[in-house]
Amino acid sequence: MKAPLSWLKDYVDIDVTAEQLKDKLFSCGFEVEELIDIGKDISGVVVGEVTDCQPIEGTHLSKCKVDCGNKGIFQICCGADNVKTGIKAPCALVGATVYATGKDHVTVEGVVTIKKGKLRGVESEGMLCSGAELGVNGDMFEGGDYCGLLLLPTDSKNGEDVKHILGLDDYIFDIAVTANRPDCQSIYGIAREIAALLGKQVKAPDCTYKEVKGNCKDIEILNFAPDICPRYIGHYVTNVKISTSPAWLRKRLALCGLRSISNVVDITNFVLLELGQPMHAFDLRTLEGRKVVVRRAEKGETIVTLDGNKFELNSDNLVICDGQKPCALAGIMGGENSEIRDDTAEVLFEAAKFARDSVRKTARALGQHSDSSSLFEKGVNEYTTEMAMGRALNLIQTLGCGTVTTVHKDVTTKYSNLAEKKMVANLDKINALLGIKVPEAKAVDILKRLNFGVEKNGSELNITVPRYREDIDGYPDIAEEIIRFYGYDNIEGTFLPSASITNGGYSKAQKAEMRLKDTLVGKGLYEISTYSFISAKDLDMLHFPDDAEERRAIKILNPISEDLSLMRTTLAPSMINTAVRNLRRGNMEGKLFEIANVYLADELPVKNFPKERSKLCIGVWGKYGFFDLKGITECIAETLNTEFEYLPAQKIFLHPGITAKILCDGAEVGYIGMLSPEISNELALDRVIHIAELDYEELKKHERTFKFAPLPKFAEFTRDLALTCDRAVTCAEIQKEIFAACKYVSAVKLFDVYMSEQLGSSKKSMAFSVTFTPKDEQIDDKIDGYVKKILTNLKNKLDISLRN
Amino acid sequence: MQEKINEIERQIDETVKDVKSSRSLQEIKQKFLGRTGKISELMKNMRDVPPEQRPSMGKVLNALRIWAEEKFGALEAALKEAELKKKYEVEKIDVTLPGKFTPGGAYHPNTLVKNELVSIFSGMGFEVFEGPEIENDYYNFTALNTPADHPARDMQDTFYLSKDLLLRTQTSAGQIRYMENKKPPLKVLSPGKVYRSDDDATHSPMFSQMEGLVVDKGITLCDLKGMLDEFAKKVFGNSVKTRLRPSYFPFTEPSVEVDVSCSECGGKGCRLCKGTGWIEVLGAGMVNRRVLEICGIDPDIYTGFAFGMGIERIAMLKYGINNMKFLFEGDTRLLKQFKA
Repeated sequence: MKAPLSWLKDYVDIDVTAEQLKDKLFSCGFEVEELIDIGKDISGVVVGEVTDCQPIEGTHLSKCKVDCGNKGIFQICCGADNVKTGIKAPCALVGATVYATGKDHVTVEGVVTIKKGKLRGVESEGMLCSGAELGVNGDMFEGGDYCGLLLLPTDSKNGEDVKHILGLDDYIFDIAVTANRPDCQSIYGIAREIAALLGKQVKAPDCTYKEVKGNCKDIEILNFAPDICPRYIGHYVTNVKISTSPAWLRKRLALCGLRSISNVVDITNFVLLELGQPMHAFDLRTLEGRKVVVRRAEKGETIVTLDGNKFELNSDNLVICDGQKPCALAGIMGGENSEIRDDTAEVLFEAAKFARDSVRKTARALGQHSDSSSLFEKGVNEYTTEMAMGRALNLIQTLGCGTVTTVHKDVTTKYSNLAEKKMVANLDKINALLGIKVPEAKAVDILKRLNFGVEKNGSELNITVPRYREDIDGYPDIAEEIIRFYGYDNIEGTFLPSASITNGGYSKAQKAEMRLKDTLVGKGLYEISTYSFISAKDLDMLHFPDDAEERRAIKILNPISEDLSLMRTTLAPSMINTAVRNLRRGNMEGKLFEIANVYLADELPVKNFPKERSKLCIGVWGKYGFFDLKGITECIAETLNTEFEYLPAQKIFLHPGITAKILCDGAEVGYIGMLSPEISNELALDRVIHIAELDYEELKKHERTFKFAPLPKFAEFTRDLALTCDRAVTCAEIQKEIFAACKYVSAVKLFDVYMSEQLGSSKKSMAFSVTFTPKDEQIDDKIDGYVKKILTNLKNKLDISLRN
Repeated sequence: MQEKINEIERQIDETVKDVKSSRSLQEIKQKFLGRTGKISELMKNMRDVPPEQRPSMGKVLNALRIWAEEKFGALEAALKEAELKKKYEVEKIDVTLPGKFTPGGAYHPNTLVKNELVSIFSGMGFEVFEGPEIENDYYNFTALNTPADHPARDMQDTFYLSKDLLLRTQTSAGQIRYMENKKPPLKVLSPGKVYRSDDDATHSPMFSQMEGLVVDKGITLCDLKGMLDEFAKKVFGNSVKTRLRPSYFPFTEPSVEVDVSCSECGGKGCRLCKGTGWIEVLGAGMVNRRVLEICGIDPDIYTGFAFGMGIERIAMLKYGINNMKFLFEGDTRLLKQFKA
């Protein structure tokens, strides 16, 4: 929301500096995001009168004598085509700063400091300026668009700084208005707050007008959509003469960044800026049957808006029609068919209230946004709607560009909000919410300054809410009004003196997750956090077939980009992308983990709340291989006080010979393996990536419990067995058979594997250390027998023998 | 006898002259002073000495023994010292060689901040509750006093998954779920991922929030201020001050932004605080009566406050990280700087 200081001063006597005003607005909830000093780049430019002007032969230049009053008389060379004796123009003295313009004399290319110089051998002590060189266009100041000199009024005083004359001594407040204060989306709205801040009276814009009785045809307004158009006011103006707006009006629009179009259109834009109520003007002769119909569009109806865009409409779109066709997209933009033209003689002004979400939905659906739609989306109030019509008609009369007729149609509906809101607020309750005691007189004064009607009734206040304050609802709103003016500095920190004791901290499950993270960090892994989004490309990268479960991802309907368009069903793509990014940046080794959710829908497109399943993903690359990664997963099993079983498995994106599924108590909980060389190749990787992904939701069930197991009464025995077996036999198979052969075996640890020529190409040797734990009796003398049993079992089941 | 004594003295002097180690010295000592050594033999021979000479001979012999013992003792000490010195010399290592070391890992900066915040607030009696990331319109908006036509919906650009389902834009959504199931007094902290359709140096389409909520009898705005003062001191240092200023959130009334004095410049104004001396860290306010009603809590009996902050934002401020994107890239060069 942009508010020029000069405009604000129309309504309130501002006797503080722009900086001070900025701070005051901040303290009451209006952050000035930027305070723009519009003349900050211009200095040292004064009124200069050309008292003598001689052409310099052979050039387009003139040698001028310029009288700058008390600054002196200077010789200045000038190339403008409108320079002549007797004119007054802005004169940039030596040392002045102005804008440098490009070849087109319009485009600003930076700021220059004027120096004494010589042009074609003729000395020049300054520069006569154009509008563009001072940052002034034709709307800001008459003649500002001309590429020659900007001509100043002949009664300007020679030597006077031009900034005041051109309005460059002004500031623009770019204010962030919170969503609850649509009433402050206007210059007048901000002025009301400033008046309350400074303790001054606000001067309301003149909204009075005289209706001229005469012989004029009536018009008809029908509203078939009262739910989304609670109020519609139309007023007929005749004898309209379309022309250019006066300078003051064009300047106001220019300061707020709007282009002047014509007097009638400018009036609607002026009212929009001044009061925050969008208005529209129809050329009445184009309205079939002198009729306005407010209705939902029919499917397939079309409209071409003022900016030449054509839209096909449906019943979600509210339109303003004449007897036959849509003439405006309600609250967004008028139609080309009914726009104000140079020969428009009859105008119908519209001031209406359209529902916020109706305007928003249509603007979004059609991709058509305007200052008007933006205001309607924030919300307008009917108090301002009424006021705006009066203001527009007042301006018609002030500008003398039309006759205000008696034809005034005000269509109210049951959705209209005409009544003043009255409420009771208890000061004790307000103080109890704030935790301080605001003096009663102070509280009442603040509310009165903000135009609340206040009547005291014991500790209760009977409050009448200003009609433009639709945000005020209950006593906490009143408390907020009071404290934001009384000052938040008065809030002193206290520490829940009356609150009850509550128990805090992480839950058991949250603690378990932290313990797991502790373990992984202790093992040298870095934790990462990646986006929950993936793309179809990521799934392609990992070669998932079309029918893979991983492809059943929930789509975001409005993603930022295709790369971030799916909710991930696996953490693997994110982890692999992270490893690849690291490798490409020269981080040649790494161990990472992430605990995050995957999102699994029971049906697609998603209808019900999907499952959010917590997964743990680990990725290692560079010097770290399969067994480094498996060491980490074994560590996880230990932390969870459980054991994992690893079985050879296949996974589409992993090496077929270096992949295992991980089981816990017989249930599959994840996988571990090497990224397939094919994919590595496609990604042009020169290092190997290994990855494991575990279903943390499942693992969580294995919470660690501690229970003391009595120490064995008898000593344990350990025997080492070096075995020879077929290469295909796995370590797990052998371990299983050793356990199976003797109930006293409590641990079987592999400590060596080797292959050699001697053993032959089909054989390998594996050495195990087997621990026997006695239960109720000594087994010293039985160990040899057990070993024999184990060896027999191995021989029978797996054809394994003791190595010679 | 005297001759024998002299001979022994001479022999001792002679044999120890070239002794190199304490072990051979020990052997020599045995030969003279051992149970069967030469001096012991002489002592045994005292039986053959006439009784009248025994006292004087005894004296002489004793003197010999003492002399020999001292001689061996001194030599042994010297040799042992030399040997020890040599041992130390041989065993000397290069202590600057690297230790046997498994490099430690690191928590993500978000986890560090989250844990710090949880530990601060759990000490004040806050429970931790994590709601779902995929929410419906009701929990993310309607129950938070943001009905469908509310302009506040435009404050956050929401990712939609269906007409009703969306990625939560705020962890406040989970607090509604919490309040539905628990009755006051409540103190709850909801950390978690949230999503908004924003992407630049200080915004990311996914980020983390930590939301706090207190509902009890007699809770005031001053209590909110007091608690956040405490939080700011613990996170940013004891000298830090907080400032409340008016703001707007649909689910709180009054609503405030909370700024902390810039820890970089102490409030004088610098690049970090854009010259203002203050840094915006969180939004807060008194829980809107309507939100309490929706959750079945009587707003005439209970009041409460809520506050919410961006975890990445705190991490960026605390550790001086200048682009939020860095936190999601997983670059090991960044991560290793946060070793726990």
